[in-house]
Amino acid sequence: MDNAIVATHPHTHETAVAAEHEHIVLPQHRHHFETKEQQREAATFGMWLFLLTEIMFFGGLFFAYLLYRNWYHDAFVVSSNQLSIPLGAANTAILITSGFFMALGVWAAEVQKKGLLVLFLVLTTFFGVAFLGIKAVEYHEKWEKHHIPGAHFDVSEFINPQAYGLKEKPLAPDMAQKTQVFFFLYFAMTGMHAFHMILGVGLLFWLTWRANRGEFSSGYVAPIENFGLYWHFVDIVWLFLFPLLYLINRHPGS
Amino acid sequence: MSATSYTIVNLPDQRTATIPKRNYLNNEDGLLSWLFTGDHKRIAILYLISITFFFFIGGAFAGLIRLELLTPQPDLVASDTYNKFFSMHGIVMIFLFLVPSVPATLGNFLIPIMLGAKDLAFPKVNLLSWYLYWIGGLFTLAALVLGGVDTGWTFTTPLSTHYLNTHVVTAATGVFIIGFSSIFTGLNFIVTIHRMRAPGMTWFRMPLFCWSNYAASILMVLGTPVLAITLVLVALERLVGIGVFDPTKGGDPLLFQHLFWFYSHPAVYIMILPGMGVISEVISTFSRKRVFGYTAVAFSSVAIALFGFFVWAHHMFIMGVSNYSALVFSLLTMLVAVPSAIKIFNWAFTLQKGSITFETPMLYAFGFLGLFTIGGMTGVFLGALGMDIHLTETYFIVAHFHFVMVGGMLMAFLAGIHFWWPKMTGRMYPESLSKLAAVTTFIGFNLTFLPQFILGYLGMPRRYHAYPPEFQVLNVLSTAGATVLGVGYMLPLLYLGWSLKYGAIAGNNPWQATGLEWQIQSPPLTENFIETPVVDHEAYDYEWLAHKTAQEVTTVG
Repeated sequence: MDNAIVATHPHTHETAVAAEHEHIVLPQHRHHFETKEQQREAATFGMWLFLLTEIMFFGGLFFAYLLYRNWYHDAFVVSSNQLSIPLGAANTAILITSGFFMALGVWAAEVQKKGLLVLFLVLTTFFGVAFLGIKAVEYHEKWEKHHIPGAHFDVSEFINPQAYGLKEKPLAPDMAQKTQVFFFLYFAMTGMHAFHMILGVGLLFWLTWRANRGEFSSGYVAPIENFGLYWHFVDIVWLFLFPLLYLINRHPGS
Repeated sequence: MSATSYTIVNLPDQRTATIPKRNYLNNEDGLLSWLFTGDHKRIAILYLISITFFFFIGGAFAGLIRLELLTPQPDLVASDTYNKFFSMHGIVMIFLFLVPSVPATLGNFLIPIMLGAKDLAFPKVNLLSWYLYWIGGLFTLAALVLGGVDTGWTFTTPLSTHYLNTHVVTAATGVFIIGFSSIFTGLNFIVTIHRMRAPGMTWFRMPLFCWSNYAASILMVLGTPVLAITLVLVALERLVGIGVFDPTKGGDPLLFQHLFWFYSHPAVYIMILPGMGVISEVISTFSRKRVFGYTAVAFSSVAIALFGFFVWAHHMFIMGVSNYSALVFSLLTMLVAVPSAIKIFNWAFTLQKGSITFETPMLYAFGFLGLFTIGGMTGVFLGALGMDIHLTETYFIVAHFHFVMVGGMLMAFLAGIHFWWPKMTGRMYPESLSKLAAVTTFIGFNLTFLPQFILGYLGMPRRYHAYPPEFQVLNVLSTAGATVLGVGYMLPLLYLGWSLKYGAIAGNNPWQATGLEWQIQSPPLTENFIETPVVDHEAYDYEWLAHKTAQEVTTVG
């Protein structure tokens, strides 16, 4: 989104002087809006619409997941047992914490506390990066077990689980092949989510830098608010991915 | 002066017989001022040039296709080259011409002015859309230069993912990027229409052009992301070699069809709805009447958008969807004809007892009415389950969607370009040449595509480069028509270019039309309005215009 176009409240004489002193160019009210209120409303409305397109974007993947889960239920159950609930749960907790700090950041911007805003943005970034770190650990484990779809994908574990010390029900070879569909969707969905996280972390660095310059401490909060919406959206996508991929119905027949 | 006694004044009024000294075209100079512009009107011009460029590339491929089909034998090109021809024709025409044509050019130029706003809500996003359009376009051209794509524009799996060794990933990346251009344009329009209307510009005082672009924008925003994710999956499947769509690896090609048509059927309405908006404006202006059933026409745009999302599976009747769902989708498909018919009938009632004049935009609009009606009616044939199974994948389909897309959309686009050309450039185009072009286009179009209905009905399949000799007569007719059609498209390129320098000065309101865009200077100022207008009348209110003109005359006289 075009963050620079969003509203700035009329800054006072003091902030204007401070801005001039520190050579900060405060974002101005754009010429084509009648009022600053209109400018702010347009930005927020635009952000919500953008998130709507994101929902449709992820929707295609969720649709594929639901379809294949119905068709290849056994393969999906066995494959989802390969995912680590502790790591997934830790990630969920970390991401919610990060979202919590983001919400506090929006609050800090609204009450015009620059120091707190920077602190909360840094904490948000920290937990976001921690999430990505755990994701990397999980991906690495899939790599070692040959669970990355493609030429090196190995299904022997699912055909003969006893040999690997697993308590799973053995799958017939053709059903075992379908585990590749699960892992493809796992990587596509979590990968798309992680991609959004990486973009988000990049934006956080940029926002933190701007917050540190005092841009959002004078009543001009729309970029922080709109980024907050984005970050919460990314959280919510994960809150769907975690149960769908890690949790539901891990034991066939149970 | 009453509404019925109007005569169209093409000559500029003496008071404004020069191009205004200061306007959006000369406000800043140099190439960079264009490449970094935030002005919606300049971005519209950038789009117009780009879209024209891609239209003629797509058209060149159409010419090659028709040339190959002149004879039953495959004597011009081999089958794989022919496949690349029709694939590039489809990809370029759909994604780089038809989808952005009216919204990105006329919509960009006019929507803020029609609403009484100074610009779209997000000028930088608007410029970004244009850059994305070009980046996507360059990927598509790269796919072409590197050796082409032969999947058809639909990228159908598993053909596209496993059995072809061409540049599917490059082309899909191109279409993916162009998709985001379209999403951002739609998003910009929706926010602008919701938040930037001038005082007094209520929803039901908006010109129907805004309504139809609004409906198309909803489709862009909701549909295009689904296409984007589908193309990501196709590209991943090709690169990694696993099967989310490949049946040999547990995937389902039908899933691709569902996801693809979930976008691509609504995309048909993304293409046609803005064109319908143009037609409403043109018909109202040249019959000097308010559009009959304004509210019904406005809501029918939204209804088409909504229905558009529930008919996608009619593309899959022969691909193994269940009989039950085929029947439901057949019914829903027929229902979408209802709002389209509402529009056609309301336009007909608008014309009734109007003081009609046949200016060039009106000629194109009449062309639209005839051709789109034929296209729509044959769509009802195809919506009927039994007929569809007989006719699908034949030239009947080709003729049907060309009647809707080319006969409908392209006629509307040309009507709009001629209608608003005086506003965009400040100059008129040569009258007799433009009328000749409109008639040539209409004749050429019918000669090209009417024979294809018969060919399809007789059973000639689409996408083949050779055919049994008994089909040759009709194919020769079609190719001859395509030549005439090509001339019809080249003519405007030439005389519109000529008019930029030598055309008569247009004046503010050469058509005596009521829209806000006609109440400002031509070409407009960068900021559109010196003072934000306060709107106190409905769209197409000719009584108001007559009153206003009379007042002005008194003031000046």
